[in-house]
Amino acid sequence: MRKLRHWGPGLLLLSPSLILLAIFVYGLIAWTTKVSVSDEHNALGSKGFVGLENYTRLFTDDINDRFTHSLKNLLLFTVVFLVGAMFFGLLWAFILERGVKAEGFFRTVYLFPMAVSFVASGVVWRWLMNPNKGDNAGGLNAVLGGLGLDFAQSTWWTNPTWGMASMAIPAIWQLSGYVMALFLAGFRGIPAELREAAAMDGASTYRLYRNVIFPQLTPVALSALIILGHMSMKMFDLIMSVSGPQWLTEVPAIYVWQTLLTSDYAKAAAISIILLLLVAVVIVPYLIYTNRQEKNA
Amino acid sequence: MTTTSIEAPPPVETLAPARKPRQKSGPASIFKYLLALIFLIIVLMPMYVLIVTSFKSGADIGVTSQWNLPETWTLASWEKAWNVLRPSFIRTFELAIPVAVISSLIGAANGFVLSRWRFPGADIVFTLILFGMFIPYQAVMIPLREIVTTLGIPPGITTLVFVHCVYGIPICTLIFRNYYATTVPEELIEAARVDGAGLLRTFGRIILPISIPGFVVTVIWQFTSAWNDYLFAIFLSNTRNGPITIALNALAGAQSPDYAASMAGALITSLPTLLVYVLLGRWFIGGLMAGSVKS
Repeated sequence: MRKLRHWGPGLLLLSPSLILLAIFVYGLIAWTTKVSVSDEHNALGSKGFVGLENYTRLFTDDINDRFTHSLKNLLLFTVVFLVGAMFFGLLWAFILERGVKAEGFFRTVYLFPMAVSFVASGVVWRWLMNPNKGDNAGGLNAVLGGLGLDFAQSTWWTNPTWGMASMAIPAIWQLSGYVMALFLAGFRGIPAELREAAAMDGASTYRLYRNVIFPQLTPVALSALIILGHMSMKMFDLIMSVSGPQWLTEVPAIYVWQTLLTSDYAKAAAISIILLLLVAVVIVPYLIYTNRQEKNA
Repeated sequence: MTTTSIEAPPPVETLAPARKPRQKSGPASIFKYLLALIFLIIVLMPMYVLIVTSFKSGADIGVTSQWNLPETWTLASWEKAWNVLRPSFIRTFELAIPVAVISSLIGAANGFVLSRWRFPGADIVFTLILFGMFIPYQAVMIPLREIVTTLGIPPGITTLVFVHCVYGIPICTLIFRNYYATTVPEELIEAARVDGAGLLRTFGRIILPISIPGFVVTVIWQFTSAWNDYLFAIFLSNTRNGPITIALNALAGAQSPDYAASMAGALITSLPTLLVYVLLGRWFIGGLMAGSVKS
């Protein structure tokens, strides 16, 4: 009874949220899982349980290997996006860390794309990544032409092999500033004594960064990678807005949507659950790790 | 960094330099500024195209003349875009404002409980709550839409408000938990307890009034994500009753889109969030940092 008096009010305050999340996160995931092992392939409903058939068919029996194709697209997009955003984010943070006048102004501009929605920025990126070359070039190709870099002109996302790498460009534009903010907070969180101690030991600037400062940024880099990684796997708005749903740029998140339009609920559910598992593989260890760190702190 | 970078107010202070920039001018310094400027221009390039195109008309709008300034400046496309987007623009405020307020209140209550009442299993409960903010929403969308249809709930703003509030619980809870854990002194709550105040009274009388910085962060975060959301919108509403992202996509995604109107529309769509960013930048960044669980 005393325990209940102690925990009771807190739990009472928390319980509506817990119930909502239990239903709308975990309950609905369970429901989706159930649909994914059924044969609900049209609006008529399900007739029975088919086990993992919908999953295996995605890998072995999908027209033109559509699902594997969407996974490959996602992989290429994710690699380019992560490398690009981490690189520019760290570089910008480093430039500002070295001390720049009007730093606040630079910071504000580098970060502002975060405030714009993918749907809105997609409108302009679709146009900037116009595939015309040479005299008809516009957008990025015109810039490259103007700089005398005609050889670098590209068909961007319409390229069947490397198109998804181009699709990562708007995502990098949008999120490098975020990575910069994370790293900048990391740089500024390093105690001044550490720098002073290194300077006393006569460490050069290069060694100071190499041996003292960068190792301190590992947790920040990990956080940034996890956040970008899980965003990348869920990428939907940007691609819908730049290219619209189409074969060349299809990723699992869009495949789900396209499959739903044909009322193949079981298949759409199976793709969703695979997507969820992909995200969980990244997120769950991270959450456990963070939890443990916090306990040790 | 310790667990605290999610706390609400200081992130910008943590971004600000601890020392004055060294006033050195050498080749390295010039290179640094050059690099910073080049990146500045690159980041602003898409914005430039958006703005100049939105003031163009007729033959002025073409792929090869993308980078040119308008031959004649006109507001026609802004007018056209505004007429198309106006209803959804207003609806999106009706979506984003309630979402921001309700989720913040829920987040504050949860965050307070989780930061103070270490009931058995609190860590696991917290982790289970957090997981909800990372899930791909496709994994809940099929049954969600079925529930909405079966119960006869009309698609549109009300449904979206509910959904954004529910799926906003994790992030808001996280922001407030860390805010309370790092900024509200234990003594304050202890004092209230000695005075015989229960949990609810302590929360209402003592905690809520000092929670403004936390509220600013969650309000901005939820406002921005509801405003910019497209996924829930496309599943649970349509161009007649949905938010502005849907309307913009319809305007810009047509077979032969009117580029000038699309660009004006993209700017109109981004205006509220950009305004929030410019006016409340420091807290906006606080919200962004919150997304990292800890950093």
